[in-house]
Amino acid sequence: MMIARHLARLLVVLALLPGAVLATVLPEDRADVLYHRYEGGGVTIDGPSVLLRKQVGKSFSLSANYYLDMVSSASIDVVTTASPYTEERKQGSLGVTYLYGNTLLNAGYTRSDESDYAANSLNFSVSQDLFGQMTTVTLGYALGWDEVGKSNDSEFRREVDRQQYSLSVTQIVTRSLIMSFAFDAITDEGFLNNPYRSVRFLAADQPAGYQFEPEVYPNTRTSGAGSITARYRLPWRAALHGSYRYFSDTWGIESHTGEIGYVHPWKHGITFSTRYRYYTQEQADFYADLFPRSGAQNFMGRDKELSTFESATIRAGVSWEFVSDGWSVVEKGSLNLFWDRIRFDYENFRDLRVTGAAPGEEPLYGFDADVVQLFVSFWF
Amino acid sequence: MKKTLIRTAAACAVLVATAGCSSIEPWVKPYERDHLADPIMALDMHPVATAYEMHVWDAREGARGGTGGAGGGCGCN
Repeated sequence: MMIARHLARLLVVLALLPGAVLATVLPEDRADVLYHRYEGGGVTIDGPSVLLRKQVGKSFSLSANYYLDMVSSASIDVVTTASPYTEERKQGSLGVTYLYGNTLLNAGYTRSDESDYAANSLNFSVSQDLFGQMTTVTLGYALGWDEVGKSNDSEFRREVDRQQYSLSVTQIVTRSLIMSFAFDAITDEGFLNNPYRSVRFLAADQPAGYQFEPEVYPNTRTSGAGSITARYRLPWRAALHGSYRYFSDTWGIESHTGEIGYVHPWKHGITFSTRYRYYTQEQADFYADLFPRSGAQNFMGRDKELSTFESATIRAGVSWEFVSDGWSVVEKGSLNLFWDRIRFDYENFRDLRVTGAAPGEEPLYGFDADVVQLFVSFWF
Repeated sequence: MKKTLIRTAAACAVLVATAGCSSIEPWVKPYERDHLADPIMALDMHPVATAYEMHVWDAREGARGGTGGAGGGCGCN
């Protein structure tokens, strides 16, 4: 709570600052309609997302987002310990931005629903432009509360509470370089397991030599993440961007994320983009692919998301600005297609679909995933 | 973790407090920002795509946050 009080005071200080030299503006009015598809590791998830933002009066901007995931899963976790399934996740968000001098105040609410999981979150942030709009400081706070269920147990009800504190500074460095620094602290408390997942342990009396039991996670988790992002306008009309993020949490997970990308406008309103992203993490303290016996530790997990692994992503993207000089109420319109290929390589999560190997000697798991985004954007 | 957050917040407060009484002049004048105003220089060119990508990573990686936006539950049970 002490952190919350400190941040609340800072929010007040920022809101009361005298105006800087230039005027701050509300976000642009725009509409985006997106189709997304993820396919990899036996999982297919696709669906639409619609994002609308519209200014109301001189000082307010409203935003709304609808998002749908249609999931068909026969992932390695599912085929080795459960049955393939299909489900939907719907998410809706509403937000409002208020402009006061050189300050933007934001508030929003998000609700996500699955058959066995509901997530709610309220978020607030304040942004202040400083030094003639050379610097923008943003402070944010989000409060989340989730309800966890279990599809095969109607009596199963658990809760998760979540708080997020964020700080970011965006800085114009030169005529061609802009940089951003961001820091987040997130705390979780409640039922943080996946209620369907299991850990495996050695069991000599079983034909496979191992057996499964439900995983047990700690009830709390606190994490911190810091990132630095830079975007540079090259001498010809193109942009080079890069970022680095460091993450660690109280579960012992530590990760590094690096990204570099290039955006190149061509002709006829066509813009090409490409990106390479590399991610690596060290496992959680309570993770093991194979535990020596049942109940070997207080906390046990075998989610591959908690294991030691790395992933590499490469993107090809193309955008076409098909309205650039206005058409009816539309000022600008673009059609965009992004394709990402992701390679996941796990260092201590084994592929149990392979039979005949001694427990703990199965080949390591890895898979490729394709992520496609096709969307149209209008500015009006 | 909490100490780090408080120190970062304090540094931010000092930065902000200094802004009110100093005479720091912007070294990139408004009329010199044509490159920065180009849409290809937006830190978030495609918000609807960025939100989706954050969800893709959050559901498959141990890391979360630190990307400059306040978010909520991932609902990725």
